[in-house]
Amino acid sequence: MGFKKLFGKKVEVVNIGLDTFKDDLGKQGEKVTNVEWTPPANLDKNILRILQENKAIIETANEKALEIILNGKPFLVGLDIAGNVIPGMKENLLLHSGPPLTWDRMCGPMKGAMIGAMIYEGKAKDFAEAEKLGASGQFEFSPCHEHNTVGPMAGVVSASMPVFVLKNEEYGNFAYCTLNEGLGKVLRYGAYDQQTIEKLKWMEKELYPTLKNAVEFIGKIDLKNIIAQALHMGDEVHNRNRAGTSLFYRTIAPAIVQTCKKPEVTAKVLDFINGNDHFFLNLSMPAAKVTLDAARNIKNSSIVVAMTRNGTDFGLQLAGTGNSWFVGKALVPDALYFPGFTKDDANPDIGDSSITETAGLGGFAIAASPAIVQFVGGSASDAINYTMTMYEITFGENNIYQIPYLNFRGTPTGIDVTKVAEKGILPFIDTGVAHKDPGIGQVGAGVLSAPMEPFIKAATGLAKQLSIK
Amino acid sequence: MIKSLIKKGEYFDSVSLMIVGKNVAQMDDVIDATVVMATRENKSILKTAGLYLNEFEKYDDTDLLIVIKSDNEDKFDEIFENVDILLKEIRNKKDDHGTFTPKSLDGALQIQPDSNLALISLAGRYAGNEAMKALKKGLNVMLFSDNVPLETEIELKKYALANDLLVMGPDCGTAIINGVPLAFSNAVNKGNIGIIAASGTGLQEVSSIISEEGFGISQAIGTGGRDIKEEVGGMMFISSLEALRDDENTKVIVLVSKPPHPTVLKKINAKLKEISKPVVSIFLGADKYLIEESGAFAAETLEEAALLACAISGNFETSKVSKFLEERRSDYKVIVDNEVKKISSDRKYIRGLFSGGTLCDEAQIILKKDIENIFSNRSGDEKYALKDSWLSKEHTLVDLGEDEFTVGRLHPMMDFDLRNKRIIQEAKDKETAIILFDLVLGYGANADPINEILPIIKEAKRIAKGISFICSVTGTEQDPQNKSKVIEILEKNDILVMPSNAAAAEIVNLIIREIK
Repeated sequence: MGFKKLFGKKVEVVNIGLDTFKDDLGKQGEKVTNVEWTPPANLDKNILRILQENKAIIETANEKALEIILNGKPFLVGLDIAGNVIPGMKENLLLHSGPPLTWDRMCGPMKGAMIGAMIYEGKAKDFAEAEKLGASGQFEFSPCHEHNTVGPMAGVVSASMPVFVLKNEEYGNFAYCTLNEGLGKVLRYGAYDQQTIEKLKWMEKELYPTLKNAVEFIGKIDLKNIIAQALHMGDEVHNRNRAGTSLFYRTIAPAIVQTCKKPEVTAKVLDFINGNDHFFLNLSMPAAKVTLDAARNIKNSSIVVAMTRNGTDFGLQLAGTGNSWFVGKALVPDALYFPGFTKDDANPDIGDSSITETAGLGGFAIAASPAIVQFVGGSASDAINYTMTMYEITFGENNIYQIPYLNFRGTPTGIDVTKVAEKGILPFIDTGVAHKDPGIGQVGAGVLSAPMEPFIKAATGLAKQLSIK
Repeated sequence: MIKSLIKKGEYFDSVSLMIVGKNVAQMDDVIDATVVMATRENKSILKTAGLYLNEFEKYDDTDLLIVIKSDNEDKFDEIFENVDILLKEIRNKKDDHGTFTPKSLDGALQIQPDSNLALISLAGRYAGNEAMKALKKGLNVMLFSDNVPLETEIELKKYALANDLLVMGPDCGTAIINGVPLAFSNAVNKGNIGIIAASGTGLQEVSSIISEEGFGISQAIGTGGRDIKEEVGGMMFISSLEALRDDENTKVIVLVSKPPHPTVLKKINAKLKEISKPVVSIFLGADKYLIEESGAFAAETLEEAALLACAISGNFETSKVSKFLEERRSDYKVIVDNEVKKISSDRKYIRGLFSGGTLCDEAQIILKKDIENIFSNRSGDEKYALKDSWLSKEHTLVDLGEDEFTVGRLHPMMDFDLRNKRIIQEAKDKETAIILFDLVLGYGANADPINEILPIIKEAKRIAKGISFICSVTGTEQDPQNKSKVIEILEKNDILVMPSNAAAAEIVNLIIREIK
């Protein structure tokens, strides 16, 4: 038989390498697709071999993990105080975004937020006192991710902060996230002044009980549904949450009106939600978290279940390698800066919000969000290319979250660390940018690729686990 | 002084970087410049070029190094800015398709699911892995890349054989599959002549001559030069023989190669015995009888092989071919006399500057019949191996496509710079009598060869009177460069253009005999 079956057929070429060969074929009207090839990650040959040899095992595990991710049903089921509900939460514990971190390695905004939280909790009067306390060892620091929690930017959570309580109705697991403070001087960007603390106190005293009662009144709110709709309305629910916030507002407002006895509080709460386009971020993030957490501990799966930054390090966790963190240096985003700021002011990447990308949202769904393409180069086709590229490194596509422009194709979902390493294509994250000094706040928004280092470590970690079996 | 700019994680393919590097080197105030990915190979090249800085140690394959040597310290910032602009331009040019460009084979197959051939021209150390991925997806592979390890080639070809797939290469520059010219190939007529070649320019010369004679090609399969070595055992050569044997559109089969390893030749001969279709072979430098034993027609030159195939395809007597060639030789005297007149009496040596390796080999074989002292970087004879490929010695034929010339540079069929410099160098040598060269047209080759080489030949003629310029043009009328137009301009400029590479070598041989 031989390869004779090739003869007589229309030749359709995939060109990998010199562009001129593609151009020549194109000029003759032949079918050719060019590959814009990038070299694979610098993986050890043995590691690569182990991963290739165990491909079938990994894929079986990944199918299971993806199924769980796609079946996830994130619901907002209530609000509570962090200390009451977050596992392991206690008085002298402060949660933070990203992988584990010690006080001495914290970046400006992270330290600022920690100081703010200590003042908020009444443990310190001012910056100097809080800073001493932080360095003293009296406080413990732990990643949100290790407590079923996520937080944007610094992501600092202390025991008396109110949190959203989310439940994955399919698998029964919970996730938690603080309430979004809006823009300006805010704790998540490392602000700790009086104004910041006062806003947090208002959120605890008025916003929290009002929302808690309203959610109780409704029972539960289907967040998967809201996110799916928001994608059809121009959000990618990371850097743009305008549609999500509006949809949430439509859901919650009648219940607030029904349950809140004080008209001035009702008005203030509704105004606060309405005036903060990012209010929904603190729901899209835990929705992604509660969905992905159900897929943890599926042995040998190479799918990423957490991808997060603390302003110093970038860390990730895999479904198949338990609680191990794979960590590398966090990079500075390529951003559009607000007037008066430049890249020199920017802090390295920070926040748990890349949990949205991990779940097939955010940068992975940016093709659904033409309104924010100025962050990615200005043209809608840039945004589409980013999403299209992410299909190269995901194990599957979402069944519910879709991109209208791509004929309602499901968003690229389930980052496969072996594909990242093999193809040298890194996950694409869109994000806000914090000033490197505490208390100044947001200086821009933009995009960046994840660093390669943690992905190489994760692929290596998985391979080592596979080789011991 | 030397300064560098490093861009971490910015990958460009080597061709884009060569184009940028070439432009940077031409900037004002730049003495020397290089723009390369920080691979181990490139770093060692930088070391030999004296452009290495210790800080490069910590960078690797995905980092871009821009190294500039200049005497004007104030200019560095400006130069780096200009490099940035060039890099952006080349990146934008690539992105300027409006549509999504996939980043991997997987991505490409999503867009074009019926793909059946992967054309791979990545650096050798990556190419094998991508080729295997393509095979596993059921695609045939044309592997243009060189420097692919031998064991990788064997592994790929074994897999291909077991799965009814074709692997052309590594180091396969030319193929025409189902009428589609791939990589460095010529636009030829369709017809019933099938070619299997372990030599790229050999295939180009044979297929072009066939097409120019009014006949056509059914399939032209390149196997890569190593296929006929003992280790690979002719896996694809023999598999291709079977495919052409069974292909109803192929009436005649032409085999083009250097002499295969005896064990491989044995296998080929055995296979030929089961094939009833006429077979013409040109195993450059091999004894004719070795292949005639199998019943195949054995040609001595690429041109003869092409003409024999045409004769069979057109149902003519094959003896007409040798008659035709002999008649043509009888006309050579006038041409020889004319060229001899041009050469001044103190000049005595040939300088052959080739872009096609097989063309260089063929010329060498023809010239060796009468001239002993021909030096070459492709000489089979240790005694006549050029010690320094960059310097000619007595009669010299160099293949400028050999590794020592192409590291960090485009192939001489695309980039004429190196040969142009060598033409000037030879013109300055008082002993140079004849500058012999090949011009290979077609896809992949330089789009405007005349404008590249003509000013240089004019310059060479200004430097030195009394040198004869002789060339042959491999290509067809349908090629983007148009063969007859190219020939017309060359002839107008007093360059002797012979109808084939073999004919050019034959005429040179006669001229040398005259001027001795």
